Amino acid sequence: MIKLVNVSMGFNGKSVLNNVSLEVSQGETMVIIGPSGSGKSTILRLLVGLLKPSAGEIWISDQEVSHYSEDRFNNLRRNMGMVFQYSALFDSMTVGENVAFGLRQHTNMTEEEIARVVRRKLRMVGLSGQEEKMPNQLSGGMKKRVSLARAIALNPGIVLYDEPTAGLDPMMSATISRLIASTRRILKVTSIVVTHDMESAFWVADRIAMIYNGEIVACGTVSQIKESDNPLVQRFINGMASLGNSARRRA
Amino acid sequence: MVVRFLEKIGRSVIRGFENGGWVIILALEALGHLRRRPNWRQVLHQMVHLGVDSLPIVMLTMLFTGMVMTVQTAHEFIRYGAQASVGGVVFIAMGRELAPVLTAVVFAGRVGAAITAEIGSMKVTEQIDALRVMATNPVAYLVVPRLISCALMLPVLCIFANVIGTVGGYLVATTFAGISSFSYLHSIKMFAVISDVTGGLVKTMVFGGIVAIIGCHKGLTAPEGAEGVGKATTGSVVTSMILIFISNYFLSLLLYR
Repeated sequence: MIKLVNVSMGFNGKSVLNNVSLEVSQGETMVIIGPSGSGKSTILRLLVGLLKPSAGEIWISDQEVSHYSEDRFNNLRRNMGMVFQYSALFDSMTVGENVAFGLRQHTNMTEEEIARVVRRKLRMVGLSGQEEKMPNQLSGGMKKRVSLARAIALNPGIVLYDEPTAGLDPMMSATISRLIASTRRILKVTSIVVTHDMESAFWVADRIAMIYNGEIVACGTVSQIKESDNPLVQRFINGMASLGNSARRRA
Repeated sequence: MVVRFLEKIGRSVIRGFENGGWVIILALEALGHLRRRPNWRQVLHQMVHLGVDSLPIVMLTMLFTGMVMTVQTAHEFIRYGAQASVGGVVFIAMGRELAPVLTAVVFAGRVGAAITAEIGSMKVTEQIDALRVMATNPVAYLVVPRLISCALMLPVLCIFANVIGTVGGYLVATTFAGISSFSYLHSIKMFAVISDVTGGLVKTMVFGGIVAIIGCHKGLTAPEGAEGVGKATTGSVVTSMILIFISNYFLSLLLYR
């Protein structure tokens, strides 16, 4: 369904991704973990066509898309949704208008039908009745949920999440993780989640890939990653866990 | 020292050409999208937001410009016995140069800055990326409605500017300069021709396009952070004003020679 083959990418002469290969099957949830600046978000940006790779192939639904023009990519994007790290809600529009945006742009639905879909999607993310609120009236967690409702408004086959739990409290992080899992279950979507929140990663992932310095250093199921003998992987996941334990002890 | 100075100049020239190239590419892309059906809902929204809301400041500016124009001309014209020409001179100056250029300058300061600030903050908060991910071309969605609105609304504002500027001149001429109402209006009828106004309106269409394209370009290329958006906004107003004055010279040559 989604495949990266020997993809490389650099900015201003600095290599960000180096020969990255990754395959995500239909309906699977792939979580990409790794330290900040390791190239995780760059992979998502390449997949939605916001960036072009300097080398390698990107396959989406049996099409090699790395050299697609913007117009050609737009046909694919209608089947994709993305939840941005800082939500990226249109701040001049209400919550309802944000969720309705894709429906108004790409379908011939009537306003009544659009309102019905908006209500349904907001109910799915636990925000019923919030249609008239403006983004600046929402908390960080609510913004993320509106962003998810907007991403799934057109019932896409692929949903990408860029740091969905970053900056949220543990309870809201758990809520977002549950939403990612339920979205996958209800809509049967293929999901790619970029995060360094290990609790969330273990909760939602079918498989986890770890990226370090622009290279995939490990890829496997949750239990394979937990039991990996790669010191980088262990340091990353245990570093996070031990930090959590010591914080808990202090509390 | 000299080499470094020359290098600095060279870099600025190259950057200037590069920016100019990007502005032309953006303008051509926006004009290309005009062939497809524009988003009229957005266009109407922008016409109100950018055009109608600018009316009070344009009216105020042009009222006082018309008044000061009469103060400056009436005294000299009366000295040479040409008081019967004051109305015509004020009207022609308004229609050909003052109303189009000053309205465009006020428009660039208010609307150009607003366009850049809005699009710039959308860029730094990933909203432009969100548009692209949602299969919506940012040029078609953001630039085209603003281009149409500015190119249509600036001439409309200019008509109001002509009227209010001439009225301002009339008030001063009849109240303080001792020129009769009949004389002021008759001289307009005598000297002015329709092309004095239509030429100015053609100019403002071009100026509107300049303000919109520069405003959008600066917003879409705004550097990260609040400081970047601030710099882009200042740059947008300065560049628009310079281009308005330069293009005004060439348009005047073209339209009035």
